[in-house]
Amino acid sequence: MILNILHSLPQVLIDGLALGAIYAVVALGYTMVYGILELINFAHGEIFMTGAFVGTGVLFLFQSTGWLSGMPGWVAYVLILAIAMLFTGLLGVGIERIAYKPLRKAPKLISLISAIGVSFVVQDLVRFISELRTGNYIISGITLFDKNVTIGTSSLGSWLGDASLKTNTIIIIVVAVLLMISLDFFINRTKWGVAMRAVAQDRETASLMSINVNKIIILTFFIGSALGGATGVLFAQQYGTIDPFIGYILGLKAFTAAVLGGIGNIRGAMFGGLVIGLLEMFASSNLGLLTNGSFGSEYKDVFAFMILIIVLIFKPEGLFGKAVKEKV
Amino acid sequence: MDKIKQALAQNSKMQALILVLLVSVTALSVYMTAKSVIAFLLLLASLLLLYYTSFSNKVKWIIGGVMLILVIPFASSGGPAYESYMEVATQSGIYIAMALGLNIVVGFAGLLDLGFVAFFAIGAYTYGIFSTAQANHFIPGDLFPISGSAFWLFIFVGGFMAALFGVILGLPVLRVKGDYLAIVTLGFGEMIRIIFNNLEKPVNITNGAKGISSIKPPNLFGFEFTHPHQFYFIVIAILAFVIFGVKRFEHSRMGRSWKAVRENEIAAQSMGVPLIRTKLTAFAVGASFSGMMGVVFAAKQTFIDPSSFTLLESITILVMVVLGGMGSVPGVILGAALITILNLQVLTEFTNWLNQLTLQGVVHIPFALSPSKMQRFIFGAILILFAVFRPNGLISVKNRRVNEKLIQERISSASVQKVNPQSGGIAQ
Repeated sequence: MILNILHSLPQVLIDGLALGAIYAVVALGYTMVYGILELINFAHGEIFMTGAFVGTGVLFLFQSTGWLSGMPGWVAYVLILAIAMLFTGLLGVGIERIAYKPLRKAPKLISLISAIGVSFVVQDLVRFISELRTGNYIISGITLFDKNVTIGTSSLGSWLGDASLKTNTIIIIVVAVLLMISLDFFINRTKWGVAMRAVAQDRETASLMSINVNKIIILTFFIGSALGGATGVLFAQQYGTIDPFIGYILGLKAFTAAVLGGIGNIRGAMFGGLVIGLLEMFASSNLGLLTNGSFGSEYKDVFAFMILIIVLIFKPEGLFGKAVKEKV
Repeated sequence: MDKIKQALAQNSKMQALILVLLVSVTALSVYMTAKSVIAFLLLLASLLLLYYTSFSNKVKWIIGGVMLILVIPFASSGGPAYESYMEVATQSGIYIAMALGLNIVVGFAGLLDLGFVAFFAIGAYTYGIFSTAQANHFIPGDLFPISGSAFWLFIFVGGFMAALFGVILGLPVLRVKGDYLAIVTLGFGEMIRIIFNNLEKPVNITNGAKGISSIKPPNLFGFEFTHPHQFYFIVIAILAFVIFGVKRFEHSRMGRSWKAVRENEIAAQSMGVPLIRTKLTAFAVGASFSGMMGVVFAAKQTFIDPSSFTLLESITILVMVVLGGMGSVPGVILGAALITILNLQVLTEFTNWLNQLTLQGVVHIPFALSPSKMQRFIFGAILILFAVFRPNGLISVKNRRVNEKLIQERISSASVQKVNPQSGGIAQ
């Protein structure tokens, strides 16, 4: 049994890293908004999904105009990433303006309900638009890079199997790392980043220090949502098929990642994402093996939620977060 | 307009007259016409009118009861649409009970539960598994299916099972608050669905995605309940029990503790409200209503599978609570009735009408836009609009007014009574 697990381990690690990078970047969006507003942006999963659809839609547009064959693949990739980021960034800002801003002083429960409403509206709008255009809301996109490389890990030892690595997987990991590094730089080194951290610490005091809190909140939503949208594009490129309901379950797992790392903590979110991605891939390929076939890979989602519940019970502040004492 | 309103508000005879007129006209038109959704909706709306009349509560309950048990079933029995009317009414009843259950958790105790349909599923599966041969897969001896007369017992078993799971869910929840709780319950609902969807191996308990079919109908002394109009009466009976329970709970010590916890947990705790027990009972009571209706649902559909218990269902129930007004019992009843009717009748009728128009070539409505597919959009929009503009819902909560004078009089008269014998004692 252990031999079997070891045999598939290189592949699991690679797939897990790719998935984990996706979770990590989506988790950043949750963490940023939570850090500033102390609100779980339920619609963030939907923003991710919209990004996937916008990217795929733009690719289809390129294809129909014939541009796609005229330009190198990486230009198309950068273009769809940029367009999707811009679109989802603005979408995030719009959502904040309509559904969260009027409720900033309302009880938590009300803004949560409004957030759930947003996520349903966005799901159905995307479903509607894509169904209107193509007749079906489950869409198979165009894959820009579909080369497969086999990594000969088996030469390291006979007990290891080979792993296959898609070009897309490399792109995902590279782009995700780039996004995370630039965000980290932005937050820790720039003036805007300092302002953001100040607002997250204490909104009132920050506003006294001539920080425009509203602007900062808008900026946070823009950046968080743009990151989510970019991940959507990466996801669509990696897995090919998308539908309007992918956002909700992926959002849940990314949220789990954010909680695991300590919500409100940027580096924690990155770490949590990678851990959840690796664990999920490990579970989905080995659960059947470990339990002698009684529980298959379909239980991998249950597995993710178990992690969430366990973390929340035993270490609600997450691995890197600081415990917050409630003010009376 | 205001004058008319005022005159009406004071004159209860006029109100009675209008009510009788509305009920008789609509009941007659429902009875006479083959299918008139509008007349049926107006007939139901007369119940709302009844709520706004200035009769005493007792009179309202009696009139409402007579209408639900006699007038509505009789009026709708006239035409071929009888069963479809009753189906809508039965579904409304099921959803009203669930919404009232969720209202206890969200509205009273302020704990946002996004996996509420899981309890409904637990109730449904409890009856489904034991009233078919399914249970033979994991219980030795050819004991099952049980006879349909056990249905009545299973209403309580289902409620109890759901309450049990409510407590199990509640245990981790005690350490988790606010938005975290929403996510955890969302995950819980999803977990239950996945488990029901896959629990066919190692032991076949739920028959997986294929679902459980040919569930036994309820049986009362040899009389089988199979049609919606028969289930209607079962649902009305349970609903009466649920509404009575909720009303009693709301103003009981427990109900007030729930509200205290909702408003401020720490303050409530320091005033001596036991936090753990309060939250757990909210979950258990809310879940048990849902579980009971799950049993009825399973018996009515005679077939259940995991696809009936998705997140959309949980959100639907949440929409009912928010639309009606969180914490307000009449509001939640109204909200649940409105949403169910919207779902089952208005949207379908509207879709059919549009389809006909499209077929005739009058207008062209793309298939993607058909109103029955726009559920998510409508629900989402309702949630946002009500959260932003009317967080108290259609009928907002009225806390019971305390008549201070009366209490003071009572206290003073009581103290007078107490003082007298004492002063007599001193005189001795």
